[in-house]
Amino acid sequence: MLMQQKFDPQAVGTEAPVAKTFTGSRGLETEEGLIFETGRPENTGVDLDEPLPFKHRLGSLERQEPAGLPGLSEPETMPHYVRLSRLNYAIDAGIYPLGSCTMKHNPRLNESMVRLPGFADIHPLQPQSTVQGALELIAELAHWLMVMTGMDAVAMSPRAGAHGEACGMMAIKAAIAAKGEDQARKIVLVPGSAHGTNPASAAGAGFEVRTVPARADGTLDPAEVMRRLGPDAAAIMLTNPNTCELFEKDVVEIAALVHEAGAYFYCDGANFNAIMSKTRPGDLGVDAMHINLHKTFSTPHGGGGPGAGPVVLSSRLAPFAPVPFLRRDKGGFHLVEHKSEAPDSLGRIAAFHGQMGMFVRAFAYMLSHGADGLRQAAEDAVLSANYVRACLKDLCPDHSETGFACMRFCST
Amino acid sequence: MGAGAYKHHVPATVDHLIQRSEFLTSYTPYQPEISQGTLQTIFEFQTQVAGLTSMDAANASMYDGSTATVEAVAMAHRITKRRKAILSGGLHPHYTEVVGTYSAMSGDAVVVLPPDVFAAENLAGVVGDETACVVVQSPDLFGNLRDLSGAAATCHAKGALLIAVFTEVVSLGLVKPPGAMGADIVAGEGQSIGNRLNFGGPYVGLFATKSKYLRQMPGRLCGETVDASGRRGFVLTLSTREQHIRPDKATSNICTNSGLASLAFTIHMSLLGDAGLRRLARVNHANAVALADRLAAVKGVKVLNETFFNEFTIKIAGDAAEVVHRMAEQGVLGGVPASRLLPDKGLDDLILAASTEINTDADRVTYAKTLQGNLSC
Repeated sequence: MLMQQKFDPQAVGTEAPVAKTFTGSRGLETEEGLIFETGRPENTGVDLDEPLPFKHRLGSLERQEPAGLPGLSEPETMPHYVRLSRLNYAIDAGIYPLGSCTMKHNPRLNESMVRLPGFADIHPLQPQSTVQGALELIAELAHWLMVMTGMDAVAMSPRAGAHGEACGMMAIKAAIAAKGEDQARKIVLVPGSAHGTNPASAAGAGFEVRTVPARADGTLDPAEVMRRLGPDAAAIMLTNPNTCELFEKDVVEIAALVHEAGAYFYCDGANFNAIMSKTRPGDLGVDAMHINLHKTFSTPHGGGGPGAGPVVLSSRLAPFAPVPFLRRDKGGFHLVEHKSEAPDSLGRIAAFHGQMGMFVRAFAYMLSHGADGLRQAAEDAVLSANYVRACLKDLCPDHSETGFACMRFCST
Repeated sequence: MGAGAYKHHVPATVDHLIQRSEFLTSYTPYQPEISQGTLQTIFEFQTQVAGLTSMDAANASMYDGSTATVEAVAMAHRITKRRKAILSGGLHPHYTEVVGTYSAMSGDAVVVLPPDVFAAENLAGVVGDETACVVVQSPDLFGNLRDLSGAAATCHAKGALLIAVFTEVVSLGLVKPPGAMGADIVAGEGQSIGNRLNFGGPYVGLFATKSKYLRQMPGRLCGETVDASGRRGFVLTLSTREQHIRPDKATSNICTNSGLASLAFTIHMSLLGDAGLRRLARVNHANAVALADRLAAVKGVKVLNETFFNEFTIKIAGDAAEVVHRMAEQGVLGGVPASRLLPDKGLDDLILAASTEINTDADRVTYAKTLQGNLSC
């Protein structure tokens, strides 16, 4: 990359103007042109013959104005995007000690598996008899997600964590409506430290959000929760471990209070990596939790997606899961795609059947690690986080009473 | 096969580039200092989508076309301060169902028009003073191309917004774009460019609008800026719309979107350019016309469309789901039976058939022969 400011030897030591202090930061030093500056609309890098003359069937709707898209040859495309890629920092380039998401190693085995034509080149509306392998993979991944979380059902269709949150909150809303309490129960409690998607998802599902303040150590006080739980309470949304990297120590007590009040417990599973194979959310009293496959199960972040956010559900919410879902009968796997076949279902939340590409990667990660490997990944992550925490003790005072952090590094 | 997902050729360059560690394993570009690569590609993506749809501005992507449509409806409710959406009978049924689910949760009204096989529905009779938006797809589920100008005029006369939807983005290389027909918001599926079928996901939702509605747009938006020394850089902008700034007032809860799938789109589109996209679209259309002509010659088959791009609807003498199932047993994918998406609507004899640049004359001959062999006439 070029420096544009020229060095002028004549200016040194003589009557040089007072120079502004240069920070030395090269962070934004980009000199890579945009494709709109380098490409031309009449060029293309894709070889394709013009079709033989034919009579078009476009009626009067043929495009008149060009889109103005520049075309690049392949030898122009490669360096452009390779150079751009080098302006990114990424987990493969080094440690990524980020607090709001699990960033972990992405094994390339996952990438090989997802490109198998039997997964990558099948159409979502092919006859189901021709996609039994894909359906079996989804069923098996779903099975292990339920086993690991100790939950009764899992909705596989959410496209990302926030979509999973919306799905979970809709299931809660459907369950409340089924009891005839949808006019009464409108309040969702959210801790002040919650990820921004939590209140946004609750509001999107038509709930009112009320904030619960955290204790000085960053965790939630059951007494504070109880004070806000009335006949108008629909649910609490809690992240565990929370966004301050701490394990919520009173989670079982909070769950009991929430259930006693007739409300539901949504757990944000963004940080499931730290408790995977150690604790089962089902045992803690969780009613719904999304699992970010692009965090815990190592599908790549890709600079902001695509992800996948399956939602595990308790028996109280399972009947309200969205369509589609899988049934197995003697003829094999069968997709239940319409609400008419599942009247209690909250309905459809996205086209087709979910993020197959993410399912294959996550399943490959799961199988290649096994139960012991996944447990070790969680243990190593917590150990690494606490090691770093100890190393930083002199620099950063510790606010945590429990003395344990779960900052999500990962060694796999 | 089509109906919302299309098998196209993806140049090898695309897959090589998106597997570079710096793209594959990088985080959401919240820190511009270490994310200029991702940010510039998002900027290119947004500019491409705006150009394709002929709209002023596009966002950094949604999950897919169906969720982009939901977001478009919610955005129209915010802008018009009305809470009723009218969904065309040509809209993909999955998209219709998703809008229905979300609206039921938020307590907004939805009017779903009956399946509109011939693109004959009359919107003027249903749009009223309480209508927030009308959602029309073109090419529609049945393949018909729709002139949206009339719908736009009807909407605007009543203070409502027109949301234009497409599931086949390649069509925009050859068909009049929604922005040129008066659409206020455009929501579409971008899978066809750069992305494989993947059994339905991950895909990439495209979302564009007019500049006057920019602040009501959901999702991430990347803008061009200059750094302290005056050099060009890119950053996420107008973030107050987003969930991490004012959570319960956000325009959407979307966080993770379709990053890598949108990068694949951008790279493939950069390789194509206007000239390449137009040619790709012409080959698609030519192949679909050839298929329609061939099927029209089969006894017991009727092609229903007057206009189409690369997919159309045929009416057959027989039950479409059964025929397609039998064809699959003979090794031929025979299209999507309309009843798979619209059961119990009396559309059991319709098949949605599509052809793209990957299909050859030999494929079309086999399709026509196998179909003929499975008809009851």
